[in-house]
Amino acid sequence: MNALVKDPQVTWIDVGADTDIPRRGARRLKGPRGEIAIFRTGDGQVFALMDACPHKGGPLSQGIVHGASVTCPLHGRVIDLATGESLGADAGKGCAPVVPLEVREGRLFIGLART
Amino acid sequence: MTKQCLVVIGNGMAGCRAVEEVLKRDPDRYEITIFGTEPRVNYDRIMLSPVLAGEKAFADIVLNDEAWYREHAITLHTGCAVSEIDREARVVRASDGTQAAYDRLILATGSDPVRLPLPGVDLAGVVTFRDLDDVEAMVVAADAGGEAVVIGGGLLGLEAAYGLARRGMRATVIHLMDVLMERQLDESAGFLLRSALTDRGVETVLGAQSEAILGEDGKVSGLQLKDGRIIPCSLLVMAVGIRPNTALAANCGLNVGRGVVVDDQMRTSDPDIFAIGECAEHRGIAYGLVAPIWEMCRTLADVLTGVENCAYGGSVLQTRLKVSGVDVFSAGRFSGGEGCEDVVFRDAGRGVYKRVVLEQGRVAGAVLFGDVIDGGWYFDLMKSQADVSELRETLIFGQAVTEALRGVDPKSAVAAMADSQEICGCNGVCKGAITSAIGDLGLATLEDVRAHTKASASCGSCTPLVEKLLAVTLGDAFQAQTGPKPVCGCTHHGHEVVRKRIVSEGLKSIPAVMQALEWTTPEGCASCRPALNYYLICAWPGDYQDDKQSRFVNERVHANIQKDGTYSVVPRMWGGMTSPQELRAIADVADKFAIPAVKVTGGQRIDLLGVKKDDLPAVWADLNAAGMVSGHAYAKGLRTVKTCVGTDWCRFGTQDSTGLGVRLEKFMWGSWAPAKVKLAVSGCPRNCAEATCKDIGVVCVDSGFEIHIGGAAGLHIQGTQLLTKVASEDEAVWTICAITQLYREEGWYLERIYKWMARVGLETIRAQVEDLEARKALYDRFAYSQRFSRTDPWAERVAGRHAEEFNPLSRRLEFEPA
Repeated sequence: MNALVKDPQVTWIDVGADTDIPRRGARRLKGPRGEIAIFRTGDGQVFALMDACPHKGGPLSQGIVHGASVTCPLHGRVIDLATGESLGADAGKGCAPVVPLEVREGRLFIGLART
Repeated sequence: MTKQCLVVIGNGMAGCRAVEEVLKRDPDRYEITIFGTEPRVNYDRIMLSPVLAGEKAFADIVLNDEAWYREHAITLHTGCAVSEIDREARVVRASDGTQAAYDRLILATGSDPVRLPLPGVDLAGVVTFRDLDDVEAMVVAADAGGEAVVIGGGLLGLEAAYGLARRGMRATVIHLMDVLMERQLDESAGFLLRSALTDRGVETVLGAQSEAILGEDGKVSGLQLKDGRIIPCSLLVMAVGIRPNTALAANCGLNVGRGVVVDDQMRTSDPDIFAIGECAEHRGIAYGLVAPIWEMCRTLADVLTGVENCAYGGSVLQTRLKVSGVDVFSAGRFSGGEGCEDVVFRDAGRGVYKRVVLEQGRVAGAVLFGDVIDGGWYFDLMKSQADVSELRETLIFGQAVTEALRGVDPKSAVAAMADSQEICGCNGVCKGAITSAIGDLGLATLEDVRAHTKASASCGSCTPLVEKLLAVTLGDAFQAQTGPKPVCGCTHHGHEVVRKRIVSEGLKSIPAVMQALEWTTPEGCASCRPALNYYLICAWPGDYQDDKQSRFVNERVHANIQKDGTYSVVPRMWGGMTSPQELRAIADVADKFAIPAVKVTGGQRIDLLGVKKDDLPAVWADLNAAGMVSGHAYAKGLRTVKTCVGTDWCRFGTQDSTGLGVRLEKFMWGSWAPAKVKLAVSGCPRNCAEATCKDIGVVCVDSGFEIHIGGAAGLHIQGTQLLTKVASEDEAVWTICAITQLYREEGWYLERIYKWMARVGLETIRAQVEDLEARKALYDRFAYSQRFSRTDPWAERVAGRHAEEFNPLSRRLEFEPA
């Protein structure tokens, strides 16, 4: 949990409680560099990615979450929530950037680079 | 060691495939540069016809996106025409000054469409059919409607005409010969093709010679034929053949005939310059189809990476026409002649014609119309020059029948194929790649193979081969899985078993189903979760709690997601009836929320497009206030009930079709189904509500109501079949609800009514709804389920249900120290 203070170049912002994210679902929020999607899996893990599929920019936050991946609602590309990488036949074809995310005492913190 | 420079002129299918093949063999050997004259990445030119027909989008046919060029460090110059090859300095130069030095040079300049030197050829509206720009020009012309003339009744011309007809133009094909596609088809198949095209809105004029293109104000207005006839048109497409693009080669002194002359190693008269594809001439032939190009590319890549003894020996050709619903296959010779004999099969009812030409006991050619499933088999027999005299009696019935009767294991042929043999032409996947993926990744199903190798994932014509490969590679392990197709990769059970066991074992939640049926993934995937959620809703109405996280976004959000992440909103208009008050409310909503597009739908309703997700509840609140509810335009469930004005207004109406439509919609709305369900009620057999292409359609007649089912007018176009006829409106409602319930209980997820009907048989369905007791039981189950369904999902969300779905997690995201 000390990870939050490690990097002086990163500002951590409280964006809500982890229970605000539905299980097997996602919420979105506006970041300074575009929409961010925060996902919660069936077993309670949380992940954050930029909310744009590497295929056609589809909003990943609107997809179906299964295991630790999400299926893009526009054309069905499957994205690994932990790495943002495309999976299956699309492996290697681009990735959705990962957004730093930490959970501290039930609160979600998004890490944003200071500019 | 520094890399050698490989320069490719031509960013089309041949040029890029050659590079792919080289990279596959030796990714580090060359520094690669590609020049392309089109201002875009490489795409599948063959699929331009479906793009023209509106069946595919450009994005669907891109073969190599920008990432591919980047990934392989390929320098790509698009929109850049090479103007000179300096063989002395071994440099190519483009007109804009770009240049590149080469150690090896590949010419893949393709071909240009032939423009007939007719008077008027330079008028606006005279186009050819070669690249995306041509398609875009045709689409723009087609949007204005009117008439189109296509000169040339070959493969390309017919596909162009079909595409234009699909886009609403009246299309006429002018063909010099007496048979369409005369190089590929005989007269019988040509005749069937001609009538199939007429059914699809394409007229054909055979034996007609073009004389002059007529114009008004610099724009094309018609085509005059030699016999004096004038065919008016606002668009004229020339599809009369192609001419290899050899100017560059000729200018630098290479040996050029009809194309750039190459040897069996694809080498031109300069040993460091190669030519492939439509610009090349090999053993006197310049090919215009894709299969030979792939073969040339493989040989060339072998040559360029130092494989010894490789040679291209010419190609045997096969042709398939890409016109939806018209299956045509042709290969080899069919003109007959001495020593040739024909085996012919016709089935008038199905519109099938098959002809196989034998020469000295071997297949010399085949023409198939209407049923082309065995095209690949005949083609293989022809290529291998196998002796088929033993098979002769059953040959025409196809591979399955022939091999079953002879006790041949159909898998043996597949087992004998070489690893390098290509299985999937669309995606260039060979046997070895598939078998090793099956082994290394533990693939067990067709879907797995598609997901990991892309084999059979495009046009699907190699599906039987891929299935056989699975069978050969897996042996008994695959045998255990034949039978119904699994729901998805998470289970080996088919839909039917899953549905039955949900009911018989009383499974009432998704985890319960996954446990009982031994799902192989922890929580399923985006394919099976929505299916299970539906099966549970259908099996346990009022009892099962809908799992919104197992819904596809449209059904979760109750609106249709659009390409830019906004949504479209369609309020219900019962039976297509609306009122000034509703229209005012819709107009006010569009103004208030600055909704960018308002469109009338094909289902007699109004679509508000471009609504932001955050605005959805407020938009719905206003629509609700005017008395409107969700139209479920996003649902696997009841969509619209289209009606005509019936006896209320129409002088031909035999029954109150509007009233029946409204009654059906008010009773059935909100019901979920395996796939979308569209209804229509026409007041007389003139059928203005187009009931005979709906999932369920009613055609009113004087003596009652004809109930038709199994129509579709989307991806597939199919007329309905008459299921039954009833005398009263009440009976019509009972029957339609009973059919719907039967479908709800038996259909597989995403299986439309027409597919379900084809699977279970019209008679089975008829027996259920004509048995009055069975009909009543079905109706009662439907009515019970509707007690829990007719709630407006919009109103629920306006009232605050699932508010988190529509609100961003945090509206502000500012830099505050945590």
